[in-house]
Amino acid sequence: MFRTFLQAARPTVDVLRRLFNDDLTTADGTGSQIIFHLTWLMGFAIALLLFAVLPFGPAFQIADLNVGLLFVLGISSLGIYGIFLRGSSALREAAASISCATSIAIALLGALLLSGSLSMRGIVQAQLDQGQWFIFYVPVSFIIYFFSSLMVANRVVLNDSSPALQPISAQMAKYGILRGANQVLPEYANAAVLAGIGTTVFLGGWLRPLASYHDRFPDTSVELLDVLPAIAAATLALFCFRLAPGQETRKRRRALFSAAGFYAIAALVLAASLFWRESVMLALHGAFWFVAKVGAYLYCFYWVRFRFSHLGFEQFMRRQWRILIPTACVNLLTTAMAIVTSQNTPLPMRFTTIVSTAATLGVACWLALRQDSKSFMQAAGAK
Amino acid sequence: MPTSYIPVLLIAFLAIAIPVVGFAVWKRVSPDSLPAGDHLQAGEKGTQPEPSLDAEYSERMFGAAILSMIFAASIVLLFLLVAKFSQMGGYGLAILVIFMAMVLAGYVWLCKTGALDWN
Repeated sequence: MFRTFLQAARPTVDVLRRLFNDDLTTADGTGSQIIFHLTWLMGFAIALLLFAVLPFGPAFQIADLNVGLLFVLGISSLGIYGIFLRGSSALREAAASISCATSIAIALLGALLLSGSLSMRGIVQAQLDQGQWFIFYVPVSFIIYFFSSLMVANRVVLNDSSPALQPISAQMAKYGILRGANQVLPEYANAAVLAGIGTTVFLGGWLRPLASYHDRFPDTSVELLDVLPAIAAATLALFCFRLAPGQETRKRRRALFSAAGFYAIAALVLAASLFWRESVMLALHGAFWFVAKVGAYLYCFYWVRFRFSHLGFEQFMRRQWRILIPTACVNLLTTAMAIVTSQNTPLPMRFTTIVSTAATLGVACWLALRQDSKSFMQAAGAK
Repeated sequence: MPTSYIPVLLIAFLAIAIPVVGFAVWKRVSPDSLPAGDHLQAGEKGTQPEPSLDAEYSERMFGAAILSMIFAASIVLLFLLVAKFSQMGGYGLAILVIFMAMVLAGYVWLCKTGALDWN
């Protein structure tokens, strides 16, 4: 767990360190200098731009666009230009990213059916009005979104022997140290953006768990569940404080003591905010829940990256085009049927979406089994 | 609402300015640059560069790219329908089913012809 936290700070430290390394140039006059500079600039700029529409809390959003989700999908698809401009060695990466962008868009449509709004704030409000996060209505959409976002953020390493496709060394060798680092850093930023979008659309955004539950402490205006952020922050502070003395190096001890101090201050602020103005309390607690969910999402990101074996490019594209994308299409249709059924019959939405999810999972299993038997037959025929 | 895009434009300006300024600082601070050829000579490492394996996969990848474009165009058209779906009831469902059937018909044909067989 500690190593995962350190991984989060590493890209920033790496980029700052690279400032003092030398550069590579196309001094022999080959290639276009403009495109050479544009590749890393595009990736970085697009990752930063997408943070503008992410709602970090009810009061912490830079721009609340009424077409926020469409803006996110449109701008993020421009990032594929940055991959293409790297040259033929990135063709596989670009093809994989394009495939994943398609499945992500179809998965998000499944949740959009339920919200009825393209605004990021409207999507969260719809989850509050319906009393349930969309992950419980369309879990298949979330699973497709999660696994596709792993590839879009380059967190699934394609097992390929071509040295041109080694993620880090190729960027450093071709583009120089800082430009190469600036191509790696947007991958971490993209992961955070995708986590933010997934949290907003599927995990309730800044809403706390059980947002419709409003029981309070006796004789107070403080709700029972509103003390959870302060308790969580205090627990983290105690955890870091306990771990710190047992660390091997002084740097790690200092880092953990600093983290403990930060979490302790956060716990105090979150606890004190329960007695402040309601808008301030909602803003702070909303930001806490959003960041906590994004953190949990990113933790799962990196855990899958480190835990599971790498996929071959053909394996990955096969699964994407033969299983994930058709499953996402079927999920869209079954969710639409579930919504119309719940509107025209006494059946509640919770029941109809369970049936639609079961049907989608059945189709996904059939596609997966069919694909596996086909691969087996082809491998047997090849031998 | 055009005014809601002003913060987005400001962030876009910052998003472009930060890496450009960082690059300018780096150019001032870093040592003298070397031409790319000196770093990448095979003789330095003692190994020969391997030929790119991408050429033999380019047709399928272009096919995947074009199919992605078709799906992307369909999705953009679907956004409008899906955003107002709850107000359209059975009529919206019928439109959605017909639209997806037309898109998936082409997709099924591609699967049957083996264009999406990544082996």
